[in-house]
Amino acid sequence: MFYRTSGQFKTSYTADMALFPVRQDAILLAVILAFAWVILPLTASEFAFQTLLIPILIYSLAAMGLNILTGYAGQLSLGTAAFMGVGAYACYKLVTIMPWMNPVVAILMSGVFSAGVGVAFGIPSLRIKGFYLAIATLAAQFFLVWLFEKWAWLYNYNASGAIQVPTLEMFGVTVAGPTASSHVQYYVVLGIVTLMTILCINLTRGTLGRTWKATRDMDIAAELIGINLMKSKLTAFAISSYIVGVAGALFVFMWRGAAEPNLFDIPLSFRILFIAIIGGLGSVLGNYLGAILIVGLPVILNTLPETFGLPISSATVEHLNIMIVGALIVFFLIIEPHGLARLWALIREKLVIWPFPH
Amino acid sequence: MMDASAGYVTEDGRQIGGVLMEMKNITLRFGGVVAIKDISFDIREGEIRAIIGPNGAGKSSMLNIISGFYTPSEGGVWYKGAPRPPMRPYEVARMGVARTFQNIALFEGMTVLDNVMTGRLTHMHSGIASQALWWGKARAEEVANREKVEEIIDFLEIQAIRKTPVGRLPYGLKKRVELARALAAEPSILLLDEPMAGMNVEEKEDMSRFILDVNDEFGTTIALIEHDMGVVMDLSDRVVVMDYGKKIGDGTPDEVRNNQDVIDAYLGVQH
Amino acid sequence: MDFLNSLLVQPFADMFAAPDFLMQVLWEGLVSGILYALIALGFVLIFRSSRIFNFAQGIMVVFAALTLVGFHEMGVPAWISVILSLGVMFVLAVSIERVVLRPLVGQPDIILFMATIGITLFLIGFGELIFGGENKIMITEELGIPTGEFIFEPFGGFLLLEQKDVTAVVVAAVLVIALLAFLNKTRMGRAIRALGDDHQAALSVGISLQTIWVLVWFIAGIIALVTGIAWGARAGVSFALEVIAYKALPVLMLGGLESITGAIIGGLMIGLMEKLFEIYWGQPLLGGNTETWFAFVLALIVLLFRPQGLFGERIIERV
Repeated sequence: MFYRTSGQFKTSYTADMALFPVRQDAILLAVILAFAWVILPLTASEFAFQTLLIPILIYSLAAMGLNILTGYAGQLSLGTAAFMGVGAYACYKLVTIMPWMNPVVAILMSGVFSAGVGVAFGIPSLRIKGFYLAIATLAAQFFLVWLFEKWAWLYNYNASGAIQVPTLEMFGVTVAGPTASSHVQYYVVLGIVTLMTILCINLTRGTLGRTWKATRDMDIAAELIGINLMKSKLTAFAISSYIVGVAGALFVFMWRGAAEPNLFDIPLSFRILFIAIIGGLGSVLGNYLGAILIVGLPVILNTLPETFGLPISSATVEHLNIMIVGALIVFFLIIEPHGLARLWALIREKLVIWPFPH
Repeated sequence: MMDASAGYVTEDGRQIGGVLMEMKNITLRFGGVVAIKDISFDIREGEIRAIIGPNGAGKSSMLNIISGFYTPSEGGVWYKGAPRPPMRPYEVARMGVARTFQNIALFEGMTVLDNVMTGRLTHMHSGIASQALWWGKARAEEVANREKVEEIIDFLEIQAIRKTPVGRLPYGLKKRVELARALAAEPSILLLDEPMAGMNVEEKEDMSRFILDVNDEFGTTIALIEHDMGVVMDLSDRVVVMDYGKKIGDGTPDEVRNNQDVIDAYLGVQH
Repeated sequence: MDFLNSLLVQPFADMFAAPDFLMQVLWEGLVSGILYALIALGFVLIFRSSRIFNFAQGIMVVFAALTLVGFHEMGVPAWISVILSLGVMFVLAVSIERVVLRPLVGQPDIILFMATIGITLFLIGFGELIFGGENKIMITEELGIPTGEFIFEPFGGFLLLEQKDVTAVVVAAVLVIALLAFLNKTRMGRAIRALGDDHQAALSVGISLQTIWVLVWFIAGIIALVTGIAWGARAGVSFALEVIAYKALPVLMLGGLESITGAIIGGLMIGLMEKLFEIYWGQPLLGGNTETWFAFVLALIVLLFRPQGLFGERIIERV
C-alpha cells in the first residue's frame, strides 16, 4: 500500500534512468539521510559512535570497494585488508612528510597509492581466473603485511613498529589524533562515505558498470562484443583499491588511532568479504546492510549476557561470538545466497503489489 | 563467375555490393588437429551469406576466426580491401563485426535493457570522471544510446521484457535478446552462430523474418552458420559448404543444392 | 655489483661451502613440503568431488589436533583418543554435509566457498570455547612417536634428523599411498574420481552424492588429524597452526585444484623452495620471515607464464 508504484509514469528516458524512479524510494532515502546527518549525531552516545556508527560507515566503504571488484567485475579478492593497509600507511606518510596538508585531502590522496598497488596486483587477473586468482590475491595480502613490518621507513622507524595517528587539524578543528571528538570524526567519515557512495552508484549504473558486469557474467562474450577485458579488469582493480585504500586511511585515522601491521591481516580481509557477500554482491545498498549486521551483531552479543545477568566470562563471549557469526554466515547463505540487498528487493516487490499475492 | 568489385543482383532483385570481407587460404590447427584446411571465400556488402556443413565441419571455428577469437595458423582475413592485422576480439568488434553465439552468451546477471546497452559500448566514450558524476558527456551519451537501443527493442518486439533479468527468460527470447545486443552495435557485418539451433518451427519462422528484416531495413551484411540446410537455403543469397574442415561447395543455394560433393556430405558417403 | 653478488653468487657459494647445512635445510623443507602436500590433498579431494573450495581444511587440522589432545587431557589413553578424534571428524563430516552442503547444492562456487569460511569461523569459536585458546603440547610420546634424533655426518659435516619428523614423513607417505590405492582400486574411490569429471556419469555408478560427500569430508578429516599430529609435534597445537593451511593454497595454484599428483609434487616443491629462499636469500637480504609470502609469489609468477598450472593441460577456449 505504501509502496504502490501505479500512477507514477515516466515520459522521458532521463526520468526512467533517474536514481529513484519510484517516489517512495526517494522518501525512504531522505529519511535515512536525515537520520545519518542529523538525528543520530544529536542522540548517539560516545559508545555508539565508537562501536557502531563510525565502524559501520568505514566497513561499508571498504566492502563497497571490494564489491566493485568482486560483485561487479567478478574478480574474487581475498586481499582487501592489505590494500586498506596501503591506504593507511600512505596517509601516515603523507601527513608526516607534509604536516600542513589538509587531512581530508590526505585521506583522499592515500587511495591513489592503494589504487596503484591494486593495479599492479591486478595484472595477474588478465591470465588467471576464479579461485586461482583469489589465491593470487593472497600473495598481495601476505606480501604487503610483511612489507608493512619490514620496511621501517613506512612507520618512520618507530621502535614499536606501529603507526600512531598524529593530531591533525582542519580549519582549526581537530579531526584526527587522541584529542579529536567523535562527532567531528563521524562527520568526516560520513561526508567521505556519502561522496564515495554517490560516485559508486553512478559508476555502477553507467558504461563502466555495464562493462564490469559483462566481464563478470561472461568474459569471453564480453570481449567479443567489444570490451577490452584488460581495461575493464584493471579499472575495476584501480577503483576498488582506491575506495578500499580510503577506507583503510579512515579506519586508522578516524577510528583506531593507531595500527600495527597485523591489524591488516587476513581476518580483516574476510570480515569485509563477509560484509560484501552477506549484504549482497553487485549491490551498493548491500554493503551497508552487511556492515550493520557484521559490526552490530557482536556488540549486541556482548551486551546480552550482562542484560540477562548471566555469569559468562568475556573470553567465552568472544568465542561464542566467533561461533555465532560463523553459523550466521552459513545461515544467511542458505536463506538468501544473494544477500540482504536481494532480501530487501524481494520485500519491496511484495510491498508494491500488496495486498495481492501476485 | 561474379566480378570482385561490381557486385550482383539477387533473385529477389536486391543489389549486392562489392567484397566487404574476404577469407584467403585459411588454415587452422589445434596442436596436431587440422580444424580448417585452406579455405577461401568472400562476403559481399549487403548479402546474407551462409556457411553450412555437418557437425564438426569447422563452421564455428571459421566464425571464431572472422570475429578474431581464433588466429588462423595460415592465411588471413581481408577487410574492406586490406589485410586485417592480428588483433584482439574486442578490436575486431570495434571495427564493426558483431555476433551472436551458438550457446547463448548473454550476461545473465543483467536486465534485457542493460544487455542490449552493452551492445552500444563500442559507441560510448565518456570518461570515468564524467560517469562518476553522471554529468555532461556521460549523461548525454546514456540518453542518446538509450534511444538507439529502444529502437532496436521495438524492432525485435521485446518491449515487454525490457527490465526483466535475462536469466528468467525462455530460450527463444534469449536468442532474440542476443540478436538485439549484436544489432545495437550497428555492425557492418553481423555474424550469427546457429541462430535457429534448438528452436521449434514457429520460433524458426520468427527468427528468419527478423534476419531478413534486419538485412532489409538496416542493409546489414549477415554471415550465418547453420547445420540445418532447409531454412538456410531459403534465407541466404550465397552459401559456403564445409565438411571435415574443407570447402566442398560455394555458390547460390541452387548451385549448392545440385553439387554432388555437397549431396554426398549430407547423405553420408564414405570418405 | 655488490647487490648482484649477494643475490646471484653468494647464496650458491654458501650452499657449496656447507653442503651438510644445505642438506639440513632441504630436509626441513621436505618435511614441511610433505605436510603442505597432505593438506593440499584434502583440498583437492573435496574440490574434485563437489567443486567446493574448502577453506576450512586448515582449521580442520587444528580442530582435529585439539580434539586429540583434549581427549587425552580428560584421561583417555592416547590411542583411544585417536579413535575418538576420528569419530569426531566423522560426525563433523556428516554434520557439514547435512547442515551446510545439502541446502547449498547448486549455488555458485563463491557462495559455497563463503560457507566454508563460515564453517572455519564456527570451528575456531567452537574449538576455543571447548579447548581454550592457549598453545597445547602434542601427545607425541604417548602416541609412541619416537622423539630421538638421527645424526649423520655427510661431507664431514653434521646433519640432524628428528625422529618425529622422519615418522611424519613415513606416515604421510603411507597415507598418500593408501589414499591413491583407495582412489584407484575401490569402487567408491573411482566414483570420487569420476565425480570430478562428470556428476551424472558418476551417479550412474549407483553411489549417492551425499555418501560420497560425507566420505570425502571424512577423508579430509583423517588427513587433517594426521597433519595435526605431525605438525603439532613440531610446533605445538594452537590456532596459529592455521597459517600452515594457507600454505596449501599456493600448492593448489601450482599443482591445480583437481590434480592429486599436482598436490603432492607442488607441496614438495613449495616446501623445499621456500626454505631455500628463506635461508639463502630471505634472511641475509630481506630481513627474514619471507616464508609468509614466498610460496604465493612463486605460484603467482608461475601462473603468469603457465595459466594452466604446472600439471594442467593447455586450455583451448571455446565459445
